Amino acid sequence: MTCTLNQTKPRLVLVGNGMAGMRALEELLKRAPDRYAITVFGAEPHGNYNRIQLSPLLAGERTLDEIILHPPAWYAQHGIELHTGSPVVTIDRTRRRVWNAAGVSVPYEQLLLATGSMPVMLPLPGRDLPGVLSFRTIDDVSAMLAAAFAKRQRAVVIGGGLLGLEAAYGLHKRGMSVTIVHLQPHLLERQLDEPAACLLAGHLRTLGIELALGAQTEALLGQERVTAVQLKDGRVLPADLVVMAVGVRPDIELARQAGLQCERGIIVNDALQTSDPRIHAVGECVQHRGQCYGLVAPLWDQAQVFAEQLAGKTDAQFTGAIPATTLKVTGIDVFSAGDFQTHSADETSITETLVLRDPAAGIYKKLVLRTESDGAIRMVGVVLIGDARASGWYLNLLKDGTDVAAWRDELMFGPVEQAA
Amino acid sequence: MTTSIRTTCPYCGVGCGITATQDHGSIQFSGDKQHPANFGRLCSKGAAVGDTLSLENRLLYPQIQGRQVDWDQALAAVADGFQQVIAEYGPDAVAFYLSGQLLTEDYYVANKLMKGFIGSANVDTNSRLCMSSSVAGHKRAFGEDVVPGNYEDLEQADLIVLVGSNLAWCHPVLYQRIRAARESNPQLQVVVVDPRRTATCDLADMHLAIKPGSDTALFNGLLNYLHQHDQLDTSYIAAHTNGFDKALASAQSDIPPAARCGVASAVLEQFYAQFAKTEKTVTVYSQGVNQSSYGTDKVNAIINCHLATGRVGKLGSGPFSVTGQPNAMGGREVGGLANTLAAHRDFDAADIDSVGRFWQAERMASTPGLKAVDLFQAVGEGRIKALWIMATNPVVSLPDADSVRAALKRCPLVVVSEVNANTDTAAYADILLPALAWGEKDGTVTNSERRISRQRALLPLPGEARSDWWIVTQVAQRMGFEQAFPYESPDAVFREHAALSGFENDGARAFDISSLANLSPAEYDALEPLQWPVPANQPNGTTRLFGDGFYTTTDRRARFIAIDQRQPVNAPDAEFPLILNTGRIRDQWHTMTRTGKSARLSAHTPEPYAELHPVDAVGIDDGKLIKLKSRWGQVLLRARLNDGQQPGSVFVPMHWSQEYAATGCIDAVVNPVTDPFSGQPESKHTPVCIMPYRPVWYGFVLSREPLNLSNSTYRVSVRGDGYWRYELAGETQPADWGDWARSLSQVSGWQWLDYADHAAGRYRAAAIAQERLQLCAFIAPQPLLPPREWLGGLFGQATLEETERLALLAGRAATQNDAGPIVCSCFQVGLNTLTGAIREQGLVTTKALGETLRAGTNCGSCLPELRGLIAQCQPGQAA
Repeated sequence: MTCTLNQTKPRLVLVGNGMAGMRALEELLKRAPDRYAITVFGAEPHGNYNRIQLSPLLAGERTLDEIILHPPAWYAQHGIELHTGSPVVTIDRTRRRVWNAAGVSVPYEQLLLATGSMPVMLPLPGRDLPGVLSFRTIDDVSAMLAAAFAKRQRAVVIGGGLLGLEAAYGLHKRGMSVTIVHLQPHLLERQLDEPAACLLAGHLRTLGIELALGAQTEALLGQERVTAVQLKDGRVLPADLVVMAVGVRPDIELARQAGLQCERGIIVNDALQTSDPRIHAVGECVQHRGQCYGLVAPLWDQAQVFAEQLAGKTDAQFTGAIPATTLKVTGIDVFSAGDFQTHSADETSITETLVLRDPAAGIYKKLVLRTESDGAIRMVGVVLIGDARASGWYLNLLKDGTDVAAWRDELMFGPVEQAA
Repeated sequence: MTTSIRTTCPYCGVGCGITATQDHGSIQFSGDKQHPANFGRLCSKGAAVGDTLSLENRLLYPQIQGRQVDWDQALAAVADGFQQVIAEYGPDAVAFYLSGQLLTEDYYVANKLMKGFIGSANVDTNSRLCMSSSVAGHKRAFGEDVVPGNYEDLEQADLIVLVGSNLAWCHPVLYQRIRAARESNPQLQVVVVDPRRTATCDLADMHLAIKPGSDTALFNGLLNYLHQHDQLDTSYIAAHTNGFDKALASAQSDIPPAARCGVASAVLEQFYAQFAKTEKTVTVYSQGVNQSSYGTDKVNAIINCHLATGRVGKLGSGPFSVTGQPNAMGGREVGGLANTLAAHRDFDAADIDSVGRFWQAERMASTPGLKAVDLFQAVGEGRIKALWIMATNPVVSLPDADSVRAALKRCPLVVVSEVNANTDTAAYADILLPALAWGEKDGTVTNSERRISRQRALLPLPGEARSDWWIVTQVAQRMGFEQAFPYESPDAVFREHAALSGFENDGARAFDISSLANLSPAEYDALEPLQWPVPANQPNGTTRLFGDGFYTTTDRRARFIAIDQRQPVNAPDAEFPLILNTGRIRDQWHTMTRTGKSARLSAHTPEPYAELHPVDAVGIDDGKLIKLKSRWGQVLLRARLNDGQQPGSVFVPMHWSQEYAATGCIDAVVNPVTDPFSGQPESKHTPVCIMPYRPVWYGFVLSREPLNLSNSTYRVSVRGDGYWRYELAGETQPADWGDWARSLSQVSGWQWLDYADHAAGRYRAAAIAQERLQLCAFIAPQPLLPPREWLGGLFGQATLEETERLALLAGRAATQNDAGPIVCSCFQVGLNTLTGAIREQGLVTTKALGETLRAGTNCGSCLPELRGLIAQCQPGQAA
């Protein structure tokens, strides 16, 4: 089927009805509401929802309605054509046209790729058994909830990263006995240092979540449905549900097929243009200056830059972002940003740490500072467990590269106003 | 049930009356409205007397070599020890060192034992350090140690000259009386003569910041002026005095006062003219005059001017020595000084014979004994082998204090009668005897205006503590003097003391209280404050003396004393270029064994300090630590820069002992130089040098329980409300501050939280148990640490709020409401609160501050500071 389209305005097509792409559209509409005719393709059958809120949805702290960001009516109100439930499968760059799996085809003057990322599924025996899920979509959450409501007792979450912890917490809240299997000896090793990870582990154990750390999964067992997880050390963990949360990789299949330059992600420049100047890309599918982002804050920045560019302000640049993480687990604040490992980046600077510990209150805070050769002291990393109220302040200090030498003593204790 | 007991304050020589009201076990203290010394007023220290009565650190049982013994063993050991030394080396090988903290009855018994029965006059007292120069000056001028006037004169005067007297801090109630008097008499002029600008200058119409030690030049100059301007009372001089010509000749040969005093001639002339024309002039003098190698001369230089104008003992005029201790004068009455015998009698043959007959003494001392400084030197040289110290802390308070420590260490027998178990001096005792404290003991005291008042017991006697008169009586009995020491109650001692004052006294001695010699126990108990003399024909006492021009010399004439030019013994030089001046601060008393227990008193000045003029503070910042050194010793102190200090002078408070400040005992630095007449040390003039002290770390610890902190070089202990505060600095860091903090207490099971910035040398820790703060420690390489007040306040809370726990290591409240250092002790109003109110609410009078914050409305001791703050906060309107 070929749609007949109003040809008076240049057409912008968005592939990927998710948070990054839709934020980019919103930003564009703010700046240039009438400049483009817009079409959105989404693989999932919903309007745009807040993927970050899947964890609270799973934990029962949010309802589905509450996490929908853009219901179908919104698209209609803004004159946006929406095609959901079917992934885009082809980009014809020569004819500047896209097709989805359902055969819908739309031409474009500007194309924005926001295809996001795919959960990594370990190539384990039994990975295709019913009851083995990823944690990426509303459908995944629905499946998990179905398992929980069916009084299935035991869940194993493979992966002790951010997503794995949130899945584990949600399932625990839904009444399941949960074990987290993690390959590394510490949880969240990309976000936390060892003491912080230990504190977090203690907190999770207190909640009743079991941890199998430094444990490698060998196979998923079961006949009609998964029944257990076999570890390399010989342990067998009974499981009615297995959630695989060992990471994500950028979804670049479509871009690769279209011949765009890709490595881990779709390569973009500071204007967020791909190797085809008519095609931009934002979000988790992007590789910018060698970096792929899996967290939301840099995506917001990208959305703004894209919107500026398409609104005609071509000097807008995305120059990278400091990775910052907030763990969405009720009852314990976890925040991590920047480089929190103590090592010297180069010989002209010295890295020093400030550490605050209140183990009985579940609080651990580490600030990593770098003394530059000119005497300036800048924050390079922060880890907060148990009290993350000042996280926004620290993140700004990190981003702005503020010289904190004059108030080094006060730094750990946050801005006075914020502490109230 | 409510009962009230009227007693007197334990602190300064003003001798205020205190009413203790007991209501179901709790006691409230207020000023005694009927007492003529204060008419209901109290100062910050007096108002806080209730804070000092806990049994914490009390000595409750006799001890021999640290072992608890019963009274029989202890008393026998003292008696035997003294007798053995006397038998082997003679009576002059033993000594008593007494205190203005003793009651008259205690003093009387001790003096009688030593001078009448042991046969030595080696009994001296800490009054030697306080006002013995006034005693000597009085005796030289009047023939007897008599203060002619009274406090009412301060209110009747038209000119008050305060010489070497920081009345606002040292005698606050007199300061308040003068302030009140000025409100009703706008004519009243106040002149402060003091090298430094003190809180008292707040009251001054004129401040003569004379060079240290130039007081005699000032008053010689005045005598000259009176002569040159024909302002002398020549008929009084002719009728009632001797020696005027010689005194004037000496005054005329003195260097011109403007040069000596460092004060412009015009200013001096103005003062001299004011003195000359003001008939009703009172000259108040205190330690700034007395504590000098020519303190007696200073006293007489002042008295000379009063004699020359006939202004002695008249309503609103006279020289007025104000004493430092509550019973300094009582001690002088009984003869507690080594160079007087008893009842204002001396060591001439007639007096020795008369007193000997009255006492039926077995072995009368025949010559004066050793005065304090000499006495301890004799101990150090081994000439005195048995020493009994009562109610004083000489290893802290005597000059060259470290040599006093060394002397006690070598003395074969040191007996200490004490209230507290852990004073610096008690550490050297072979035998420790538990004495009664204020509130427990019962007897009489005499204040600076000759007023005898009852100090009454209001508390149960703790442990086995006993009154000092009882202890001495028991020892005397065990030495074989049962007949002469039959006392079973203080009134019996008092009757004998009163009888002695009248014995063979034909009016030659003013000190005659024989009208009180027959008081019944009930009459004694009910005795109302009254001023001596109280001779048989004047049972209601005497308000003023010598107003008629007749003195208690043999010829009934007062004596002018020729005052020669003198200089302090040790002059500053290149090595020790500054002059150390020591003295009191507002809210501490003596060596802090009492006031150090009070959190509110300790809040005013938590740490010992050295006040410097900014020009002398080369390389020294306000609040930093310095080392202050003399040829005799050294201390570590916090620097305070203040342009009220004269360039070249340093002021350091005298109070801190090793118990409270490991390295802050200033008397270790003070030169052991004394006045040849009075034996009083020159505590206000020691050449010193200062240098920055740079420890590796600074810190403080607040703890619910007292701690033993040994790794710090600088350590000051401060009592907080429900906690102890330790200000620290050290030269070596522990291997791990976390381990150090956790080793401070032996208690286990605490929750510890900490903050470390190892690279910057910063560490903070706190320990919590039962949801309450137990301890916190803050360490930094610079003395820039959070204020202590907010953290200290957390110790009083039943539980710690979550927000407070989160803010603990920040050291400040989540919302900023730090009151700052306490200025008003009574209502605990802090500096930040006050400056905030002045600036933001426009409260620019002390009255307004009082109405809004209550600051200054109780004892009023902080009023000068409040006025200072108001002036500071309003540049351009500074008073």
